[in-house]
Amino acid sequence: MNDCVEDFRSRILERRPLRLRGGGSKDFYGGPLHGEVLDTRSHSGIIGYEPTELVITARCGTPLAEIESALAARRQSVACQPPLFGAASIGGVVAAGLSGPPRARTGSLRDSVLGVKLMDGEGRELNFGGQVIKNVAGFDVSRLIAGSLGTLGLILEVSLKVLPLPPADATLRFELPQDKALAALNQWAGQPLPLAASCWQAQVLTLRLAGAQAAVAAARRNLGGELVAEPEAAAFWAALREQTGSFFAGDAPLWRLSLPSVTPPLDLAGAVLIEWGGAQRWLRGDVDGASLRQLAAQAGGHATLFRGGEKSGGVFAPLTPALMEVHRRLKQSFDPYGVFNPGRLYPEF
Amino acid sequence: MSQAEHTAGAAPDVDASGRVALLAELAHALPAAALLASTEELKPYECDGLTAYRCLPWAVALPQSEEQVLAVLKVCHRRQVPVVVRGAGTGLSGGATPVAKGVVLSLARFMRILEIDPAARLARVQPGVRNLAISEAAAACGLYYAPDPSSQIACTIGGNIAENAGGVHCLKYGLTLHNVVKLRVALMSGEVMEIGSHALDDPGYDLLALMIGSEGMLGVVLEASVKLTPKPHTAQVVMASFDSVIEAGNAVAAIIAAGILPAGLEMMDKLATAAVEDFVHAGYDLTAAAILLAESDGIAEEVAEEIATMSALLQQNGARQLRISQSEAERLKYWAGRKAAFPAVGRITPDYLCMDGTIPRKHLAHVLTRIAELSEEFRLRCANVFHAGDGNLHPLIMFDARNPGETERAIAFGAKILELSVDVGGTITGEHGVGIEKVQQMCVQFSREELEAFHAVKAAFDPLALLNPGKAVPVPRHCSEYRLTGSAR
Repeated sequence: MNDCVEDFRSRILERRPLRLRGGGSKDFYGGPLHGEVLDTRSHSGIIGYEPTELVITARCGTPLAEIESALAARRQSVACQPPLFGAASIGGVVAAGLSGPPRARTGSLRDSVLGVKLMDGEGRELNFGGQVIKNVAGFDVSRLIAGSLGTLGLILEVSLKVLPLPPADATLRFELPQDKALAALNQWAGQPLPLAASCWQAQVLTLRLAGAQAAVAAARRNLGGELVAEPEAAAFWAALREQTGSFFAGDAPLWRLSLPSVTPPLDLAGAVLIEWGGAQRWLRGDVDGASLRQLAAQAGGHATLFRGGEKSGGVFAPLTPALMEVHRRLKQSFDPYGVFNPGRLYPEF
Repeated sequence: MSQAEHTAGAAPDVDASGRVALLAELAHALPAAALLASTEELKPYECDGLTAYRCLPWAVALPQSEEQVLAVLKVCHRRQVPVVVRGAGTGLSGGATPVAKGVVLSLARFMRILEIDPAARLARVQPGVRNLAISEAAAACGLYYAPDPSSQIACTIGGNIAENAGGVHCLKYGLTLHNVVKLRVALMSGEVMEIGSHALDDPGYDLLALMIGSEGMLGVVLEASVKLTPKPHTAQVVMASFDSVIEAGNAVAAIIAAGILPAGLEMMDKLATAAVEDFVHAGYDLTAAAILLAESDGIAEEVAEEIATMSALLQQNGARQLRISQSEAERLKYWAGRKAAFPAVGRITPDYLCMDGTIPRKHLAHVLTRIAELSEEFRLRCANVFHAGDGNLHPLIMFDARNPGETERAIAFGAKILELSVDVGGTITGEHGVGIEKVQQMCVQFSREELEAFHAVKAAFDPLALLNPGKAVPVPRHCSEYRLTGSAR
């Protein structure tokens, strides 16, 4: 195992641009790809998993699927259900920081990160955070790494908080126009209901409840709607998580809008799918990025060109000059020679 | 003799004139009532909740508006005078201990709740708003702010953000980090930026993660948006007593292994229980080696089911007495004891040091046994309060500062406990912060390179290192000295 860490180090010390890659499931995500591939899959395996401590630690190249099956055997999971997109490895999952359908209820992938072992641009191995749930020693660099798209260093190992699988779940379906669906979702979210996930598309709101048996049964009685039978329900949520449904098919650019959940329906030119109780809205279509970004910003959110489309206008919403300056300094300190995933997050670095 | 007087004595001319010039500029930027400079006025600010460390600052600024905060920062930035931001001063690690020849920037007057948005389940508040005040203001909408540190009556949200405060419900509901979504922040230079948003994520690096728990070293929080959580229909707590901490620890593991995520899961040892019972009369079992409080919340049937499951598991693991709260008043009474643990211990000893390590729960018995040995070795009593769900242990070391050498002995005892936490794979601080108290033990937990990385993070926000200098992250050079003296492993 140490051999491949030494190999990583010598590659990094060459100071040439590297493109960090695990399963390659998210090559489509972020800015244009530059640099030679550094394949992390050789550095693989679960290092520690103690169900009663609610913590799992694994090497970066470990497939998420392997981690999920180890967790499922003890009726636990990475609560936010990050997408597998095929062969996702845990290093890439943390670097991309994407969260799946239950995010509004469970918190984000970043929220479940407890610790990271990082190799920085000088080839140094740095440990941040740890294997315990509460830890405020030093700045929270491990969660800074989540979602940094590999631009701050090579993740060698990660520790994640895991949660028990809910004992019961149920999926309900409602015929509702977008404005009524958004209003209902926000109203329900203000009540102590076992909401687990939501998806609105083409006038249909699908709602997943998950929690204690009694809580799920009571919520079903309260909310009404049509119960979706189980094999179909599980397949629906898996397809949403993996973006394999018809909404996500084809080559049209896929935009992701991250908005306050209470944002009313936006006037968008294209098909829309809404998740996370209204806080994540997907848009298919060849729209003008600049005006979409403006619309999202006015609503207090931001827009990302998630998949496909023309990346020259930037993939992620631009930062204010003050924030960009802080980003640049952080990048400079962790990766002084610009080795890691240049341009993947912002063209500036 | 205060630190300020002491250092002024070392270089009277330069320091005295520097202070006079600074005060003149601050007086220009602030109303007269917002600037404290006499020794009597400064005295209340010489320490925070960690009273073992004291230092008189040059001045205390109590601005009332954002403009005044920025003006103070700009003056200090230009004159390169360190600034220590302070909320309610309840912190237990000395994060708000003043710096000699520095300014304390108190945000106590920023106590307005700017907005409660029930539809969006968000509250927008100023940094000096008390933790509990947010929940009180949101109660009418059936919402509350989930993180509940024991000091929640007094501590402010600004301080909670600085420390990434936890509480007794954070296993299920998360830490401050999981419940703050947006900050308006002033950098030391006086530049203002917004970090985070009312959406669920933001483009670029997760700077919120850095800001929360940064112990006032990266920026000054001017405003915060926090998540509000729907109040559960009902909650119930089961109190169990055990003949050994090992059994209590096993019971906790059994509850987690059964797939239950209790709303609260707390343990107290015999000494802590005795101190607390004497204080709040909650009816705790005084003969037990450990008592455990396990809470369930949700709808009535769900709570009944979970309490029944937990009760069975507690019994299987050796609980000799079980009591289930039969009313809200009784539930609050059981918790009152746990939440009053620190002041209760404060009543039975002239002084105490509260430690804050987190350990993998499986090492609890070993760690408590070792603490008992250290207690004999240092000839100081130690009560233990444990956030059992998340492994956060609070040993309370009792001492009397009036006895020569006892303070030093207590501090050395505490250092040993922190090093023990690191040895078993844990951390020196779970929720109180490093502050001034644990800055040396950072050398035990982190390598020179890691500490350098922390300094680089600080420099990205505060290149001149003027915000709360000397706290949280030690200078690597001091670590080699610390290690050489043999205090560390």
